[in-house]
Amino acid sequence: MSQPNVVLHVADVHKRFGGLHALADIDLQVEEGQTHAIIGPNGAGKSTLLNVIIGKLAPSSGQVVFDGASLTGRKPYQINQLGIARVFQTPEIFAELSVLHNVMIPALAKRDGAFKLNMFRSLESEIGIRQEAEDMLEDVGMLGRRDMAAGSLSRGDKRRMELAMCLIQHPRLLLLDEPTAGMSRHDTNTTIELLKKIKSRGMTKVIIEHDMHVVFSLADKISVLAQGRIIADGTPDQVRGNPKVQEAYLGGAH
Amino acid sequence: MAAMPRNDLLLFLGFTLVVLAMPIWLQPFGAAYPDLLQRFMIFGIFAVGFNILFGLTGYLSFGHAAFFGVGSYAAVWSFKLLSLDVIPALIFAIVVSGVFALVIGFISLRRSGIYFSILTLAFAQMSYNMAYSVLTPITNGETGLQLTLSDPRYLDRAIFEAVPGQPVPTLLGQSLGGFAGFYFCAGFLIIAFFIAQRITGSPFGMMLKGIKTNQTRMHYTGFNTKPYTLAAFVISGMYAGLAGALLAVTDPLAGAERMQWTASGEVVLMTILGGAGTLVGPVIGAWLIKYFENIFSAINDSILRRFFDFLPDGVDSAMVTVASKFVGEGWFLTLGLVFVIIVIFLPGGIMEGVRRIAHLFNRAPKAPGKANPQPQPAE
Repeated sequence: MSQPNVVLHVADVHKRFGGLHALADIDLQVEEGQTHAIIGPNGAGKSTLLNVIIGKLAPSSGQVVFDGASLTGRKPYQINQLGIARVFQTPEIFAELSVLHNVMIPALAKRDGAFKLNMFRSLESEIGIRQEAEDMLEDVGMLGRRDMAAGSLSRGDKRRMELAMCLIQHPRLLLLDEPTAGMSRHDTNTTIELLKKIKSRGMTKVIIEHDMHVVFSLADKISVLAQGRIIADGTPDQVRGNPKVQEAYLGGAH
Repeated sequence: MAAMPRNDLLLFLGFTLVVLAMPIWLQPFGAAYPDLLQRFMIFGIFAVGFNILFGLTGYLSFGHAAFFGVGSYAAVWSFKLLSLDVIPALIFAIVVSGVFALVIGFISLRRSGIYFSILTLAFAQMSYNMAYSVLTPITNGETGLQLTLSDPRYLDRAIFEAVPGQPVPTLLGQSLGGFAGFYFCAGFLIIAFFIAQRITGSPFGMMLKGIKTNQTRMHYTGFNTKPYTLAAFVISGMYAGLAGALLAVTDPLAGAERMQWTASGEVVLMTILGGAGTLVGPVIGAWLIKYFENIFSAINDSILRRFFDFLPDGVDSAMVTVASKFVGEGWFLTLGLVFVIIVIFLPGGIMEGVRRIAHLFNRAPKAPGKANPQPQPAE
């Protein structure tokens, strides 16, 4: 077999906030097409790591390499244009706009780039983009709500719509920050099914999650983070049997 | 350009009709004279342009009077140096105010929210003070920039001998006094409205709304928001410049007071009063404020005394004393009160009131008195 293609490489990343060493010596390789989960107790640095990858925070040292290009120093919009999309812990959506427009905006970003002064073109004439957005909404089962204001959706629907906003860009890498947090069991299962469906299309994903049910039903590989360090790395079975992981999780419970 | 959607076309035609018929339907309100109608058009353009920035992107500029004033000065300079014809004056004014907006916008848009507002306010006050002081050679200071018989007017003199008499701006030799001036300005308001409508309904307009709703998401969606906000800022600055130039056409005297912060605040009031983010709201806001300003500031004590004449002695003079605080020079007190009431009870402005009433009529036959949390349709 040939060498697996590493899409994302977090290389020797450190992040300090004053005296706090939030991330230490993080080395992480995400292979193409895989779902890579990052788990760990609260305060382990999971969100910090995600923010470093997406360009919201600059690493104190080390770098993040995506598909051969360093992400250090790039702005979030440039990182997105390289093919990385992100689902937030609290959905970041356009609350005042319709569901359809919420999904059309990212599709336009994909087609037109970071800036285009197309102010004399009518939105109604964007039939291709509109069709694409409607197909996407159909995929996530939200076509019926397309004309509602996004802000009036239920929490679960907001998340599904945000996922649709990311998926319509066909990103090479999708970052998911606790995609099922605060969801009912039913909504969680729907989301898992949806994420499995994406996986079959070969999209690479990095997922941060608390819910072990979600992690073990989706992940190909798991990295365990505790106190800013990766303490274990491997397939779900390897991680499950790792004594250090059990200590990190159970140790906090005492 | 693709055909307009049906609803947009109807709105545009309706708006055009209402504007062109103003000399007729404003007759009963005593407002159908050219001077006031021209001001309706000019401040309508100002508010429509301001709304492209504030209504769509949510960036509240407190300094748009600077662009208005710059437009006026540029137009008068074009009358003095080039020609009395209004076309070069308008083009010159739009270009100059656009460049000016580009510079101020580039700096101010480094910040958002209240800091952006303060920066724009500071720049506008700086422009105002400079127009009074160091820039006197350009602005003629307190006296204001005027047309004189000895102006060079190179373009005019190259073509024909200077016409004797008081210099007055013209359109291709036609005078723009009276209703001709109104229809000239009305044409520009209609074009301005049309462009604003196209922008609102374009992908660009949707990006501006996206920036207003959630700038963070715009960044993570791959948009560089800065050029979008800057473009909106420059467009609205050019609208303000056009409005300022048209004011100079109707009255070729440019003074620094047009740039003062009260003038900047006025266009904010117009937009919010009518309904920020809507297309017709700002225009209605501009018309109402200019109409009531005209009425209230004309009322004086003797009119009030006649009005309260039916009351017994003593009471009537008390009423006159109280009421006189709200009229004439005190008109701003009335405006402030109205504004407070609107913001508290109708934060979406008059257009929200219209929507609520329409909603009431639409829903009344089906579910009377039932406050159903209907999923509200997006804009």
